[in-house]
Amino acid sequence: MTTLKAVEVEDVEIRLLLEGLQQIYGYDFRDYADASIKRRLTQWLAESPFATFSEAQSRLLRDPETFVSLLQGITVNVTEMFRDPSFFRTLREQVVPFLKTYPFVKIWHAGCASGEEAYSMAILLNEEGMAGRYRMYATDIDESVLAKAAEGVMPITEMQKYTRNYQKAGGARSFADYYTARYDRAILSPSLKKDIVFAPHNLATDAEFGEMNMVLCRNVMIYFKPALKERCLKLFDNSLLPGGFLCLGLKETLERRKMGERYDELVPGSRIYRKRYGQ
Amino acid sequence: MASKRRFQAVVIGVSSGGVQALKKLLGGLPADFPLPVLIVQHISPEAGSGMAKLLDDLCAIRVKEADEQDRLEPATVYLAPPNYHLLVERGGVLALSADPPVSYARPSVDVLFETAAGVYRRGLIGMVLTGANWDGARGVQFVKQKGGVVIVQHPADADTPQMPQAALAAVEADYVVPLAEMPELLRQLAEARAAARGSEAGLHG
Ligand SMILES: C[S@@+](CC[C@H](N)C(=O)[O-])C[C@H]1O[C@@H](n2cnc3c(N)ncnc32)[C@H](O)[C@@H]1O
Repeated sequence: MTTLKAVEVEDVEIRLLLEGLQQIYGYDFRDYADASIKRRLTQWLAESPFATFSEAQSRLLRDPETFVSLLQGITVNVTEMFRDPSFFRTLREQVVPFLKTYPFVKIWHAGCASGEEAYSMAILLNEEGMAGRYRMYATDIDESVLAKAAEGVMPITEMQKYTRNYQKAGGARSFADYYTARYDRAILSPSLKKDIVFAPHNLATDAEFGEMNMVLCRNVMIYFKPALKERCLKLFDNSLLPGGFLCLGLKETLERRKMGERYDELVPGSRIYRKRYGQ
Repeated sequence: MASKRRFQAVVIGVSSGGVQALKKLLGGLPADFPLPVLIVQHISPEAGSGMAKLLDDLCAIRVKEADEQDRLEPATVYLAPPNYHLLVERGGVLALSADPPVSYARPSVDVLFETAAGVYRRGLIGMVLTGANWDGARGVQFVKQKGGVVIVQHPADADTPQMPQAALAAVEADYVVPLAEMPELLRQLAEARAAARGSEAGLHG
C-alpha cells in the first residue's frame, strides 16, 4: 500500500543528518550546494561500514572520530601552486604595484586547503621586494588539511607542474630554489612560511578578520548555496579596507550580486575586484 | 509510449573527435530546440573558453559556457568549462566543482550524468558520443536507473569508438545511431514532449 521512493528517502536522510551535525558539532553544511555534497556524502557512505545514512547517523552523532572522517570526506581540498597561472600573473603585474604603496599589507586566504595558494603568494611577494612587509592569514574549516599546510611539504611529483605554472605566472627565477627535495617529498623553504599564520575558520559560522588589504577566496564558494555565498561576501566586504582587493576563482563573479556595485573588476575576466573608496 | 514522456533536458558526453561531432550535432538543432542541452567535452585544463564561442558562431542554437547558478533554459546549450565538473542542482540550476578528476577527467561525463539523472529522472536524455576512454559508462547507468533514455553514437560511426563501446557494454541503450541521425531523433523526442504537454493541457482544460 505504502510505496517507498528510494532516492527521496536518501535526500531526507541527508537533510536530517546535516541538521544533527549542526546541532551536535556546530558544523553547518545545510547551505552547501546539494548535488555536490550529496556526491561527497554518498562516496563517504560507500567506503564506510554503514548501509544507509540513517544507520551511520547514530554513530556520527555520538562519535567525534567518525564525524571527523565524514568532515574530511565532505571538504574538497584539491589545490595546486600557481593554480590558474594567468590569475597570478595579473596579481603580479597589476595588483602588487598597488600593494607596494603600503608600508605593510594584510592578506586573508579563506579556504586555503593545504596552503599552496598562500605559498605561491609568498613567493610572488618576496620576488617583488615585499619580503617582511606582509602578513598572511590562511584559514580553512578542515584542521587536518591546515596541519598539512603548516608543514609545507609536498609530493615531489607535483613539482614539474608547479614549475611550469610558476613560469607561466611570470616567475623568472629558478623554482627549485624554493624547495629541498628529500626522497619523494619537496620541503618548502622556511623563508616562505614565516609570515603565514594558518588557523581554523568556518565561513559558515565564524566572524570576519579586520583590516585586510586583500582577501582571496577561490573555488570555495562554488560549493555554497546563494545564501551562504552572500554571507561570505559580506564577511569579506567587512574585512576589506577601501581600495582593497577581493580575488575569486575564475568561474566565480560578483556580476549578479548586490555587492558588485561597490567593486570594480581590475581586468575583465580576472575575477580580481577592487573595493571602491568612500564605501 | 514516447508520447507519454516529457523530456526536460539532454546531457551529452564526448571526448576525442568531439569538436567535429559537436559541430554536426549542434549544427543540426533548430534555434528553438525546446530543451536545455548540457555537454561535457574533455579538453585540456589549460584550454581557454573559446569552444563555446566557436560553436555559438557556427550553430543556430545558442551555445554558452556554463556558469555556476545558471538556471537551465530551453534552446540553450551549456558547455562545461575546462578544469571544473559540471553538476545539476535540484530545481534545474547549474553548479561547478573543483573536486578531483573522475576517471582522469575533469569535467567528467559521469558526474554530470549522475547529478542530472537525480534531478530529471525519466525526463532525461543521455547521449554518449565519440571518445577514447570509458567516462560516461557509469553515467548512462545512472540515467537508466532513474528511467531516462540513453542514446549512443554507433561505434562504427565514431571517430574514436571506445567511449560509445564502454557505454554500450554498461547498459542496453535505447538508440544506437550514427551522428547524422541524431538531430532529427532529438527533435522527435523533444516534440513528443511538447505533444504530451498539449494533451495534458487538454485534459485539464
Ligand atoms: C577546492 S579547495 C580550494 C583551495 C584553494 N583556495 C584553491 O583555489 O586552490 C576548497 C577548500 O575550502 C574549504 N572549505 C569548505 N567549506 C568551508 C567553510 N565553511 N569554511 C572555510 N573553508 C571551507 C575546504 O576545506 C577546502 O580546503
